[in-house]
Amino acid sequence: MAYSNKVIDHYSNPKNVGTLDKASKSVGTGLVGAPECGDVMRLQIEVDEATGLITDAKFKTFGCGSAIASSSLATEWLKGKTIDEAVKIDNMDLVEELSLPPVKIHCSVLAEDAIKAAINDFRVKNGLAELVFEQSHV
Amino acid sequence: MLKLPIYLDHNSTTPMDPRVLEAMLPYFLENFGNAASRNHSFGWQAEEAVDYAREQIAQLIGADPKEIIFTSGATEGNNLGIKGVYEMYASKGNHIITSTTEHKAVLDTCKHLEKLGAEVTYLEVQPDGLIDLKQLEAAMKPTTILVAIMYANNEIGVIQPVKEIGAIAKKHGALFFTDAVQAVGKIPVDVISDGIDIMSFTAHKMYGPKGVGALYVRRKNPRVKVTAQIDGGGHERGMRSGTLNVPGIVGFGKAAEIAKTDMAGDTERVSKLRDKLENALKLIDETYVNGNPAHRLPHVSNISFKYVEGEGLMMGFNKDIALSSGSACTSASLEPSYVLKALGLGDDLAHSSLRFGLGRYTTEEQIDFTIKAVTDTVLKLREMSPLWEMFKEGIDIDAIQWAHH
Repeated sequence: MAYSNKVIDHYSNPKNVGTLDKASKSVGTGLVGAPECGDVMRLQIEVDEATGLITDAKFKTFGCGSAIASSSLATEWLKGKTIDEAVKIDNMDLVEELSLPPVKIHCSVLAEDAIKAAINDFRVKNGLAELVFEQSHV
Repeated sequence: MLKLPIYLDHNSTTPMDPRVLEAMLPYFLENFGNAASRNHSFGWQAEEAVDYAREQIAQLIGADPKEIIFTSGATEGNNLGIKGVYEMYASKGNHIITSTTEHKAVLDTCKHLEKLGAEVTYLEVQPDGLIDLKQLEAAMKPTTILVAIMYANNEIGVIQPVKEIGAIAKKHGALFFTDAVQAVGKIPVDVISDGIDIMSFTAHKMYGPKGVGALYVRRKNPRVKVTAQIDGGGHERGMRSGTLNVPGIVGFGKAAEIAKTDMAGDTERVSKLRDKLENALKLIDETYVNGNPAHRLPHVSNISFKYVEGEGLMMGFNKDIALSSGSACTSASLEPSYVLKALGLGDDLAHSSLRFGLGRYTTEEQIDFTIKAVTDTVLKLREMSPLWEMFKEGIDIDAIQWAHH
């Protein structure tokens, strides 16, 4: 199976690989997936208290090229967005942008789940209720 | 000059040896006859070529040429060998013993027979990939008609104790079938001293053409018969009907002849390269070689690189290096290799494995390139791996409650 150029590009030059301080109140961390399933994503956002904007996003991913590309692209999209905007990122937007084939859609689902988990972690840390999400497209 | 891409997937298939192609060519255009045409020179020529190839193949495995039944490949051979025995020996019993790390062509054939009334015992393998002979002995019953255990495994290269297996089967009056696709042409296989009654193998894993294989069926001590699975003209002593693939068979014969003469030299050269590759990759932290290293094919190495995922790993170099992973990230089930899982490896290690299969034309330069490419990619992906970071921080990854998806 051939990968799209965008997947190859994100895999070869991933954006925003790294770690933010998970103890910080302004950082939300989402860790999703499982080693047994062959994908684990950790996605982190840093939110500016005054503006409510996501100022930084980092990821680390154990998984195939499509999983790495999905998380790399997700961190790019997150930066500069408000939490409300970030919540709206849909896995199918990632699928479209990266031209993921059907067998790789679960990678985009994982990235969407990671975004939502990071947002909820941030919300809980800041005394807000967790958002309840409906199932994303599989 | 280093020629790219590098092919390190020889357990999947091998390139043809140019000497094999040369031997085959006349049988496409000039000598195109049907080996079953008894009344003219075209047929006689074809038959002579097939007989010669049968002899070349028989010599490679220490058999009589009459014991070689040509098939379309090892999948057919496995089907014919196992189903053919089940039908032929139905009055004797219905019990078959096999193992969990067999090729799907054996496992699915056994599952099919279970639906028809067979009782099948699937022996678990030990963590090194070998079956436990005591377990085999204990599994034998008066109704056991067949022991079907592979010669060497396609994913990890471990070589089963075939002599001992053959002896146990014989002692209990059962036949011994072995899927020897990965072994024949690579290591010495002798049906007499190994005590093999039925054996499937194929040309394209030993530098011959695709689409042609053989089933060895013993004729003496005991005389074995298998029920044909394809009805027709009664070719191949009635066990496998169908016009013979003459050019393919000629190529198979030549490949067998070359394998016999070149085996010692090939093994010495390839095993040195394999060891060089393996020793260099083992220098990376948290890497594990899968399968018993002492009882293993000389050209295979299966290694798990913990905390990186196999398919992601391959993507780092797959435009330059062709190999396989035990990760099954592309399959709908997302299940990693059942062979690696059968060794007791966790799914995470199975997802992290690569299979290196070297071959006749692998060069030291290619191995040096591979060592560097794999090492660089493992290190790069670990920097990107949350699991590696947790491991480095001393977090017990197994203790985390992962949400399975």
